[in-house]
Amino acid sequence: MPDAPSAVSHVLQNPTGDRRGPAVELIDVSFAYDVRPVLRGITMRVPRGKIVAIMGGSGCGKTTILRLIGGQLKPDSGKVFVAGQSVPDLDADALYHLRRKFGMLFQFGALFTDMSVFENIAFPMREHTDLSEELIRDLVLMKLHAVGLRGAASLMPAELSGGMARRVALARAIALDPMVVMYDEPFAGLDPISLGVIGQLIRKLNDALGITSVVVTHDVYESLKIVDYLYFVSEGKIVASGTADEVRASADSYVRQFVGGEPDGPVPFHYPAQPYAKELLTHVR
Amino acid sequence: MYGEVLGGLAHGLRRLGGAVTGGISKLGYASRFLFAVLWHSPQAFRRIQLTLREIYFAGVLSLVIILMSGMFVGMVLSLQGYETLKRYGADEQLGILVALALVRELGPVIAGLLFASRAGSAITAEIGLMKTTEQLAAMEMMAVDPLARVIAPRFWGGIISLPLLAALFSAFGIFGGYIVGVRLIGIDSGAFWGQMQAGVDFWPDVTNGIIKSVVFAVAVSLIAVFEGYDSKPTAEGVSTATTRTVVISSLAILALDFVMTVFMFRGAGT
Repeated sequence: MPDAPSAVSHVLQNPTGDRRGPAVELIDVSFAYDVRPVLRGITMRVPRGKIVAIMGGSGCGKTTILRLIGGQLKPDSGKVFVAGQSVPDLDADALYHLRRKFGMLFQFGALFTDMSVFENIAFPMREHTDLSEELIRDLVLMKLHAVGLRGAASLMPAELSGGMARRVALARAIALDPMVVMYDEPFAGLDPISLGVIGQLIRKLNDALGITSVVVTHDVYESLKIVDYLYFVSEGKIVASGTADEVRASADSYVRQFVGGEPDGPVPFHYPAQPYAKELLTHVR
Repeated sequence: MYGEVLGGLAHGLRRLGGAVTGGISKLGYASRFLFAVLWHSPQAFRRIQLTLREIYFAGVLSLVIILMSGMFVGMVLSLQGYETLKRYGADEQLGILVALALVRELGPVIAGLLFASRAGSAITAEIGLMKTTEQLAAMEMMAVDPLARVIAPRFWGGIISLPLLAALFSAFGIFGGYIVGVRLIGIDSGAFWGQMQAGVDFWPDVTNGIIKSVVFAVAVSLIAVFEGYDSKPTAEGVSTATTRTVVISSLAILALDFVMTVFMFRGAGT
């Protein structure tokens, strides 16, 4: 379990009695880019059917966690399990097979710019199924209808607003009815209306399709409205965790600083440096 | 003072060593990349429309620059060749001069250089931007291998396009030479074509030109897709990769041309 969790909620203790185990589980995972450590002993659990958010400041290693879950990176130590399978131990074929159970929403959508909205959503269907064009058309329109963009099927990605592009990317992420959907900063750079729309879509699609969602974000306000459980990551470690209500009521100094958006606290305002007076007086003899 | 010099020397040696090992490492990575692309090529060919699309973008859209350049090169070659041949009373040999220069040398080389500048840079920029905007990562997460879906079709599209473009470059160059030599200067049309027919052999002249253009096509296509795939996912990274494609491809074409010409001449002389 987390290094210093403020509370271990019943949410993570398999309240539905599901014997299949968690959808995603990280156990004591450490990872470094070259010699720069990014994650240090991360342990977390994402139960099936739940929305779990990973929160933290920019560059704290949130996206790295998603890449480890997706098998794009391998941990230096520790275990990463998805649906009971150890992701780092899978060979290329098995990993690609597992990824068919994933959907991923990238920070800026990552739509294929040379394809229309329709073609973008049809892409995974055409790659992985032998469905007829008629059936693919119907499925694409159903996915687009779910995100409210059926009328935008013929548009190109360059013609979409940021919020629309994110919704199209969401429709593409659920194109093959995945088991797990990972969201990398789904709220970044959106206007308040689009932000609310994306938040509600994540919740509704999660519940309607019975998928499991892992949301990496630093948007506290929107996340607290939709997620079942949150992990706070700072300097590569989980420093707090809990349900939305537990987070709101938390006395943990890091959680207070993050939720309150305070400029100084456990996460210092100043980047580490030598004492101010000493640096200013360096040239004074 | 002495210590500073030694320190500077050591630093210089470290940088040199780093550059050499870095270069060797990148060469090894590029070789592995080539094998991976070849490994995934059957998948690309099974969906031939992907490769045909790249032939259109790399080849068909390069036609204007290739044909116009070929025409102008042939015209200049004809003017310059006529001036020289006239001194020796061999001006009726103009056809053979233009044809041999284009088919053996200028066609493959200039078409290769133009292809690297126009299509190679575009391939690198497109792949680099796909990487920067996480489109390649998105593909991987959808269990679609970008090497099979994006890289291999562009690689083969380039390999198929360049030899055809080089052939068209030579053909239009000969046509340009004909316009200037026969229509403007007034060389006899029968002599122009007849000398060419008698003096240019399919083997080795045309064949050597084809071999050169195929080798250039492999080099330029590999450099273009590799630089795009290996680019840093930033605006600066893509621009650097695009520049590298043009520079490395151009140098590779000229160096390979020299090496192949040496072997081809040796083969013809023995």
